[in-house]
Amino acid sequence: MPPQSALAIEANGLVKSFRSTRAVDGVDLAVRTGSVYGVLGPNGAGKTTTIRMLATLIRPDEGSARVLGHDIEREADAVRAAVSLTGQLASVDEDLTGRENLILLGRLLGLRRAAAKARAAELLEAFGLEEAAGRLVKHYSGGMRRRLDIAASLVVTPALMFLDEPTTGLDPRSRNQVWDIVRALVAEGTTILLCTQYLEEADQLAEGIAVIDHGKVIAEGTPAQLKGSVGGSSLQVRLLDPSDRPEAERLLARHLGAVHLEPDPAALSAQCADADRAADAIAELARSGVRIADFSVGQPSLDEVFLALTGHAAEDSSEPAEEERVA
Amino acid sequence: MSATAEIRSAIASTARPPRPSRVSQALTFGWRGMLKVKHVPEQLLDVTVTPVMFVLLFTYLFGGAISGSTDDYLQYILPGTLVMSVLFTTVYSGVAVNTDLTKGVVDRFRSMPVWRPAPLLGALLGDSVRYLVAGTVIIVLGVILGFDPEAGIGGVLLALALVVAFAFALSWVFTTLGLLLRSPQAVMNAGFMAIFPLTFLSNVFVDPETLPSALEAFVNVNPISILTDATRGLMAGDAAAQDVLIVLAVGVVLTAIFAPLTTRLYRKA
Repeated sequence: MPPQSALAIEANGLVKSFRSTRAVDGVDLAVRTGSVYGVLGPNGAGKTTTIRMLATLIRPDEGSARVLGHDIEREADAVRAAVSLTGQLASVDEDLTGRENLILLGRLLGLRRAAAKARAAELLEAFGLEEAAGRLVKHYSGGMRRRLDIAASLVVTPALMFLDEPTTGLDPRSRNQVWDIVRALVAEGTTILLCTQYLEEADQLAEGIAVIDHGKVIAEGTPAQLKGSVGGSSLQVRLLDPSDRPEAERLLARHLGAVHLEPDPAALSAQCADADRAADAIAELARSGVRIADFSVGQPSLDEVFLALTGHAAEDSSEPAEEERVA
Repeated sequence: MSATAEIRSAIASTARPPRPSRVSQALTFGWRGMLKVKHVPEQLLDVTVTPVMFVLLFTYLFGGAISGSTDDYLQYILPGTLVMSVLFTTVYSGVAVNTDLTKGVVDRFRSMPVWRPAPLLGALLGDSVRYLVAGTVIIVLGVILGFDPEAGIGGVLLALALVVAFAFALSWVFTTLGLLLRSPQAVMNAGFMAIFPLTFLSNVFVDPETLPSALEAFVNVNPISILTDATRGLMAGDAAAQDVLIVLAVGVVLTAIFAPLTTRLYRKA
């Protein structure tokens, strides 16, 4: 039996270089069992390389990690038996149908033929892919492919799941579907390591976030702490009547932080620590008769977080070609 | 999109089954290969049209010149064409492995608790079916054109089995190549650069006694010549046991070297 631990992932000083680039440069992670942990960073920050080390696809040059209590190098097989990987490239076979993909994985994991078929049918139904079950995956939309990819990770329920950029390139509707799936997984007790480029995604799903840049963890904390470090969110308000603006400015300044008057004479924005305070401010405006055309509370983007944390914007650092093989 | 509740119940309902046997895993990967043929049957054109072309070309173009009659030459060339066509097909196994690696699904296989060589072994088992198809096409066409093996159907089947077994062993060389080179095209080029001269510098087309002595010496030790001799022998009912044993031994040695090498490279790729 693996030693019981409250931590599903413990990584210490992971390092991985490709040629001369240190893609991962001393990453430490501690992920609580049963939680969603977000790894946030731009392309090429080292997120995928970190996941590939933890999923035993590549060996770290330095450092060590335990996944569900098993050492990723010495007990790689035990790690593989307990985790599922949903990679950045869709990890399903495009030349097979959705149903065949799930049956194939079921058979590989030890389900008998009939059980593998039944499991495939159950997952296809749960993920809304029944109609597409007999179609080749290469004809699937991005959202369908992602759903199948996640379903493929659940043929046998894993204790821990790696999700590498599950919503990159998806439309908002498909993105929300994927988020719902992730929430359902967590509700059933699966631990998830989620790599993402979107602060909003990490904020929606994750309990803890590590921000990673150039292979290093540059900040760690809860979503609230991270957003706090960039000064929270901002409330944007547009008024029906521009002549109300001085009154609105006075009220917002009283409830929130610095108020900024936008070029649009009916618009203004204010810094706010959290959405509750913004809601209070909006209610106050309504009570005092200021009529509002629309308002929104925006989250700081990854760029803003990066700017605040590193002083530079989140650029796409050149990803060391991990897929490339030596000729 | 169905309700989250459905997903929750689908997730909650599984217990981890016992791990399947290695053989079962490899056969599952073989099934994957068969499914691909089912979805893209055109793939079989490679292994059917080319051999037909070879048989017709060599028999009718060279037969008169080499043997004096196309009918006599057919008896000589058909087992040779069988060997050549099937061995050419092995290059595609390397191409297929290389193509597979560019896809995300390999990451999934490698992150699963499956026996390491299973994906490759399964793929090659699936490819062996293609070798069988290529071989059968040639033999059937040969019989239609007048090929008359003295050992009858039994001998022909033994010959086919020997060729397919050797092809299986040889394909490990090309899967190794497939994992070392960058692109499917590179694998294809390098593969044919190796297999083409080896096949032509054998006794597939001509009796080695007509060759310059240095060349003859090479041709006589070329395993492809020995395989061709054994194939002819099995079909004619006068196979030298020694030839068959050498072919099998070479196959075992190739597999012993290149199967573990391929598996190692696959793990790291």
